[in-house]
Amino acid sequence: MQPANLLPLIVVLVIIAFVLGYARSRALAAPLGGIKHLKSLPFYYAARAAMWCGLPALLVLACWLGFEGKVIQTLVVGSLPAELQPDSAGKASLVLSQITNVASGALSADFVPPAIVEASTRLTNLQQSSQLMMTLLVVCIAVLGGFLAWLRIAPHVNARVKFETTLRRIFFACAGLAILTTVGIVFSVIFETVRFFGKVPMTEFLFGTSWSPQTAIRADQVGSEGAFGMIPLFVGTLLISAIAMVVAVPVGLMSAIYLAEYASPRMRGIVKPLLEMLAGVPTVVYGFFAALTVAPFISGLAAALGLQASAESALAAGLVMGVMIIPFVSSLSDDVINAVPQSLRDGSLALGATQSETVKKVIFPAALPGIMGGILLAVSRAIGETMIVVMAAGLAANLTANPLDSVTTVTVQIVTLLVGDQEFDSAKTLAAFALGMLLFIVTLALNILALHVVRKYREQYD
Amino acid sequence: MSTLNTSITTDTAQRETTTQDAVSMAKEKPAEAAIEYGKTVGTPFADDAKFCLRDVEVFYGDTQAIKGISLDIARNEVIAFIGPSGCGKSTFLRCLNRMNDSIDICRVKGRLELDGQDLYDPKRDVVELRARVGMVFQKPNPFPKSIYDNVAYGPRIHGLANRKSELDDIVEDSLRKAGLWNEVKDRLDAPATGMSGGQQQRLCIARTIAVSPEVVLMDEPCSALDPIATAKVEELIAELSQSYTIIIVTHSMQQAARVSHRTAYFHLGHLVEVNDTDKVFTAPEHELTESYITGRFG
Amino acid sequence: MTNSTSQAEIVRQSLKRRYRKERRFRAYGITAIALAITALVVLFSDIISKGHTGFLKTTVTLEVTFDPEIMYLEDATDPAQIRNADYLAPLMAALKREFPEVSGRSGERALKGLLNSYSSSEVKDLVVANPAVMGTTQTLTFVASDDVDVFVKHRDDSSYSLKLTEEQQAWTLALMERGVIDTSFNDVFFTHGDSRDPGHAGVLGAIVGSLLTMAVTLLLSFPIGVAAAIYLEEFAPQNRLTDFIEVNINNLAAVPSIIFGLLGLAIFINLFGMPRSVPVVGGLVLMLMTLPTIIISSRAAIKSVPPSIREAAEGIGASKMQVVLHHVLPLAMPGMLTGSIIGMAQALGETAPLLLIGMVAFIVDVPDGFFSSATVLPVQIFLWAGSPELGFIERASAAIMVLLTFLISMNALAIWLRKRLERRW
Repeated sequence: MQPANLLPLIVVLVIIAFVLGYARSRALAAPLGGIKHLKSLPFYYAARAAMWCGLPALLVLACWLGFEGKVIQTLVVGSLPAELQPDSAGKASLVLSQITNVASGALSADFVPPAIVEASTRLTNLQQSSQLMMTLLVVCIAVLGGFLAWLRIAPHVNARVKFETTLRRIFFACAGLAILTTVGIVFSVIFETVRFFGKVPMTEFLFGTSWSPQTAIRADQVGSEGAFGMIPLFVGTLLISAIAMVVAVPVGLMSAIYLAEYASPRMRGIVKPLLEMLAGVPTVVYGFFAALTVAPFISGLAAALGLQASAESALAAGLVMGVMIIPFVSSLSDDVINAVPQSLRDGSLALGATQSETVKKVIFPAALPGIMGGILLAVSRAIGETMIVVMAAGLAANLTANPLDSVTTVTVQIVTLLVGDQEFDSAKTLAAFALGMLLFIVTLALNILALHVVRKYREQYD
Repeated sequence: MSTLNTSITTDTAQRETTTQDAVSMAKEKPAEAAIEYGKTVGTPFADDAKFCLRDVEVFYGDTQAIKGISLDIARNEVIAFIGPSGCGKSTFLRCLNRMNDSIDICRVKGRLELDGQDLYDPKRDVVELRARVGMVFQKPNPFPKSIYDNVAYGPRIHGLANRKSELDDIVEDSLRKAGLWNEVKDRLDAPATGMSGGQQQRLCIARTIAVSPEVVLMDEPCSALDPIATAKVEELIAELSQSYTIIIVTHSMQQAARVSHRTAYFHLGHLVEVNDTDKVFTAPEHELTESYITGRFG
Repeated sequence: MTNSTSQAEIVRQSLKRRYRKERRFRAYGITAIALAITALVVLFSDIISKGHTGFLKTTVTLEVTFDPEIMYLEDATDPAQIRNADYLAPLMAALKREFPEVSGRSGERALKGLLNSYSSSEVKDLVVANPAVMGTTQTLTFVASDDVDVFVKHRDDSSYSLKLTEEQQAWTLALMERGVIDTSFNDVFFTHGDSRDPGHAGVLGAIVGSLLTMAVTLLLSFPIGVAAAIYLEEFAPQNRLTDFIEVNINNLAAVPSIIFGLLGLAIFINLFGMPRSVPVVGGLVLMLMTLPTIIISSRAAIKSVPPSIREAAEGIGASKMQVVLHHVLPLAMPGMLTGSIIGMAQALGETAPLLLIGMVAFIVDVPDGFFSSATVLPVQIFLWAGSPELGFIERASAAIMVLLTFLISMNALAIWLRKRLERRW
């Protein structure tokens, strides 16, 4: 049975367990003189039965689904004849994709060795039996769990306390998922990064000024692994982010100041949703706009001015990224400016300061730490932004500060290296994870710093 | 807490609720029959008037907060505004340097003149007005800058000093007048927010007089201070009354009695009685004033 | 004060300069807002001007005579022969009837350029399904070729480079006058998956893929997010673990989305061996990504429930869990729903992490389950935006409009919910 169909089945079983549990608790209560002689309400006995029916079954289902693919793959590959046994992880993924393609019919059986065809039949069989076993196991566990909980319904058991304790543990597990996610992120990048540094020295990666992972043409070529110096990528990322911040910070900050200090409530009511709309536009749309409208416009404009501009200039990507970040800067600044106590405004105005003097000399300095925090968050966002640069910035890793040149960024390279067919062990693929690690560390540092600055600022006025 | 003093708040939303509070307060208490509209007993008028205020009415939206007040404030006098919470004394005070302007729904009617010039003349410059009529607030509100920069702020924005030394002189002079110089002269660069509450309030007074205003409005300047700090501020007010016209809103009748020459009693937006301070506290003319000072309500 | 008059004079003199600054400052503010709004307007009008024609299709309607002879068919009843017949020939014959003057190889090739390369296989499918049409004449409507489509829609717009030769342009104009070439509502766009030909490409596959992915995301992230928020707000003890969880959530909310793609690739695909390009993995990745948003907004909603409600319930002996489930949760639900809808809108527009887990493949079929290969709407836009054909650019813009319509409706729903269910304390 498909897992998608198995879920509704579990739900049905859970409902049945609930109903039976409810009935049994009432039945037990009846001879005692009604439900007030039970330790808990019938609902809690029923809920407990339902929980014991559903929870273990769902856990087993999740685990099965999680490990099924890997186990079957290992079994299938392991059963291949010796000459077809892959000797590297890259070969393994190649063989595996052949097998799955044959199994799904995407690849005709005529083009592959018979052993592969055999393996693909085995794959199909294993998958079928795995599904059957999974269905049986999950249903058995659900029924058994529900039945045991049903049996244990007794007037002296305080089902409410037990139910609530379990529920609280579930809630805790959900909150703990945040830690698990962070751990997952760290582990998913750290292993591949360590392997990458086994192939390419860390110093070359961190300080090398040339990036060309695609250059290997022949295996025996000098530097066949290409060059993996991340400096040009980092500089490219910073260049585009800097352009974005040049657009976003003044525009976002001035909009926020105007909205907070000058605008009528009516104007605020109109402008704020419009700015929020700018924030709600998906990044792929900005990328489309940057690549197909802004970039040609800029190279046309530069040509008209007698300048040489690349068709994928850093300026185009940066400008559009700046527009994307405007609402981010403005809403964070807005919060911060509104947190400046009104008494400071009154104090300044009562001395005869004009409104702009009050803003420039009192409110802005007072809000500066918070605004800096907001800007740091915006920078972290610009650095991690992917789609705009994937679509509008180039792939050429030029080490330049000229905004009309084409540059590439860390995120662009991660996408380029990982999209499409990959060999899993090559330095190329591993480099993407090393870049991911770099990105994660940089943005994490920025975020922690920014959140710290903002929190300190809030404490100041609380 | 009186009407607009609560506007020392943190954000726009709260700024708006402040006015709502004032509106709801005014709504809750219907005018009593004992007060005749626009009628004040005692001596509301003076010959050498700094402020000449006639038939002043203030509205928050549809609600009237000030009901036809006429009053003269003489040059170099200290006048105290007293009255129960929500009686409009702070609202009235804030009309005098147009601090009510920043509240969108607030409208002021009537004739308000400073030295014979209309305060609410559309051509009237509010910046210039506020440079002449300074204000000290309920809660000390030093800017998050150094002590020196706080005092120098006003002279700087108005361009009152041409040289650094002139500015230094203004700062020293103002701090001396505020009786703060000896306490802070060694740490002028220290942040003002690190001072004690009483010092902060005296700093705010120094900041206000650094622009040499003609009038200083004080909106319950001691309500956030302890008795010792209050005594110091009151001493300061007595000293300042030599050179400034001071209008002080206070909750404490003792304070009004100690510092002011004249006292005005407000009730539900009406100005009930104005008289010499001694008279108000010894032989009030109006029965509402008497009820208030004898503590029958407040 | 002796010098106060002269000071008042100084103040008065400074006013002009200061008000100039004031006006300039205000002007900066207005300019900033105007710039932001202009950017929004330019963005939207650019998308609409590029994409509105994507909702129209150009069709060619021909009288096709299925003459076995020109189709190299000896036995019109033999299925094997029918399968291998020449289906281009009857189409070309029908076109040539419109322009009898055209002759020669180059002329024929030029004429053929008006037809979509998929048309002959469409005819084949028709005949194979219904061999009875052999020998008859049928009025059939085809999608025109991409070049004709661009010419018909944009012939007056100099910014488009037309690929049709002048001769072909003249023919197209003639056919338009005769009503052979016509434009109509592009139903193909909403009923098909991706295709190599812009005329046959649609967003249905991507929409279904997005819906399946979103279903996984919502089913997981809403309950988990709400449960985590309840734990942190109501049950969590003040200790280091709780602090650590909070720090984690706040930081995860700001981690670049592409990092979640790396996580999905390394954990779900490489470690667990889950298949690539499937909605389940996409949904899992987006779930992890939206979870912080949902937790943060749900916590805000729980915080806004006044303590008096809790105290009232606790006062009559309800357990902490009962207080939460019976009182706090229902009251906080509108806020939680609003936050979740906004989180889902973010997830719906997300592209980068899905590229890494392989949802970027060229997939023609509309996905039929959580484990079948699929792509999503933003990725489809990305794929089309990268193609050189103008027809795909147009469809990418049209797909953006579809995506924005979804997003705007979701946000409108969130606002409506908030307005409708908001309680004032």
